[in-house]
Amino acid sequence: MRITVTVDGTTYTDEVEPRQLLVHYLRETIGKVGTVIGCDTSNCGACTVHLDGQSVKSCSVLAVQVDGSEITTVEGLARDGRLHPVQQAFHDNHALQCGFCTPGMIMQSIDLLAENPDPDENAVRHGLEGNLCRCTGYQNIVRAVRDAAHKMRPGAGPDAERVEHSPSHAVGGE
Amino acid sequence: MIPSAFDYTAPSTVDEAVRALADAGEDAKVIAGGQSLIPVLRMRLAAPTKLIDLGRIGELRGIREDGDTLVIGAMTTHHDVQRDPQVAEHALLLKVATDTVADPQVRHRGTLGGAVAHADPAGDLLAPVLALDAELVLHGLDGRRTVAARDFFVDYFTTALRPDELLVEVRVPRHTGWSAHYEKFSRVAQAWSIVAVAATVRAEGGTIAEARVALTNMSSVPVRAHAVEQALVGQPATAEAIKAAAQHAAEGTSPSTDSNADTAYRQHLARVLTSRALTAAVGA
Ligand SMILES: Cc1cc2nc3c(=O)[nH]c(=O)nc-3n(C[C@H](O)[C@H](O)[C@H](O)COP(=O)(O)OP(=O)(O)OC[C@H]3O[C@@H](n4cnc5c(N)ncnc54)[C@H](O)[C@@H]3O)c2cc1C
Ligand code: FES
Ligand code: FES
Repeated sequence: MRITVTVDGTTYTDEVEPRQLLVHYLRETIGKVGTVIGCDTSNCGACTVHLDGQSVKSCSVLAVQVDGSEITTVEGLARDGRLHPVQQAFHDNHALQCGFCTPGMIMQSIDLLAENPDPDENAVRHGLEGNLCRCTGYQNIVRAVRDAAHKMRPGAGPDAERVEHSPSHAVGGE
Repeated sequence: MIPSAFDYTAPSTVDEAVRALADAGEDAKVIAGGQSLIPVLRMRLAAPTKLIDLGRIGELRGIREDGDTLVIGAMTTHHDVQRDPQVAEHALLLKVATDTVADPQVRHRGTLGGAVAHADPAGDLLAPVLALDAELVLHGLDGRRTVAARDFFVDYFTTALRPDELLVEVRVPRHTGWSAHYEKFSRVAQAWSIVAVAATVRAEGGTIAEARVALTNMSSVPVRAHAVEQALVGQPATAEAIKAAAQHAAEGTSPSTDSNADTAYRQHLARVLTSRALTAAVGA
């Protein structure tokens, strides 16, 4: 089947098999390997992308289902060589160790902040409950999301990229 | 893993979908949000020859009021149910239960109709649908019929849906002003209910006028706790009265034993969680 889809601002038209998962389309057909696969059971959230502005697990969507849609992956967040404020906050707060969960964590964090621009710790943990991290113990991920929220006021979502960049402070030392 | 090969069609009306389903024969499957089906396909626990995607059928999405009934299109996502003001006002129990389903990403795709049609005994939306005396509208080649929730759930993953039928609407009688709580017991975040209790209550002054209670995962189908409901009528909305009524929660049930819990423990959970759910619902 032929699908046309806009990924990170570029429009692609491709012939796909109905059984191809969106994550395989992104990684193998168009080379967006920033989005990763961490499980076989739709549990880990590592594959999270935005589909028409909402976070989804791209391993649990068929490529044919996104015909005509717009997708944002972690590769589409930086602007003019500057990290998205949530990416920057993950860096600043040491919110990753091996980094495998990070693309999904960042995409889901942006979704969370679009719905709730000032989440408390509990709201961050709930908002990220579909994303598993085997390394960090989550503490610094929660810090990073709240840090990003403060820096991105009055809100995240599509407008976040336009927010002033703040210089990063030292990593670690928490 | 990668699913085995299938054909795919995405009709734009219910009539086309029903026709496609009939033409494709018994190895066809409907796909709604795909949040239960795609994991099953990936693990190759099912290998349908054809998928009929309901995702492009606009008429199946959305929530409207029809007299005293709230009509929820089968393809309305969990996310939209959570945020709809009409659901919060007239079917609060459905909203609070939906809040506990899965995680945000799954709730963006998964649908009320998909959850009800899938009929997983651990699914969190079956008990609320049963407690609210909802009706399910089914559409097949011969037209529409309406089935009460108590007749719809037949067995594990088995419903009254015929092979040529789609679930098109969930019709919920308005429970305006009823308080509600869904108490879910699971070991870790993002896990299925071992047992859960759906409770909704109409209080007048400090007295319980009516109550509806249904249990998740206490049988192959959701179960109404009628004895609890009857014991509550006319009682004061106090913790003691609720605790006494909740003792009836497991009456008549014989839940299965599995690696999470045995029969006796599930029955214990039903009583404890019923008490918690009702207490939270009435704010006692
Ligand atoms: C990680 C994860 C965690 C989850 N946790 C929970 C949880 O805690 N609680 C919970 O309740 N659920 C949970 N779910 C399941 C989730 O709620 C699903 O969204 C839901 O069970 C199925 O809805 P769907 O729209 O995705 O249906 P699909 O997966 O598309 O379909 C499910 C089944 O129903 C059939 N079907 C779907 N729609 C119709 C229709 N309109 N007419 C006829 N047949 C139809 C399909 O053919 C298929 O057999 C979880 C899922 C995942 C992936
Ligand atoms: S790879 Fe998608 S949820 Fe794990
Ligand atoms: S940093 Fe390794 S899984 Fe999260």
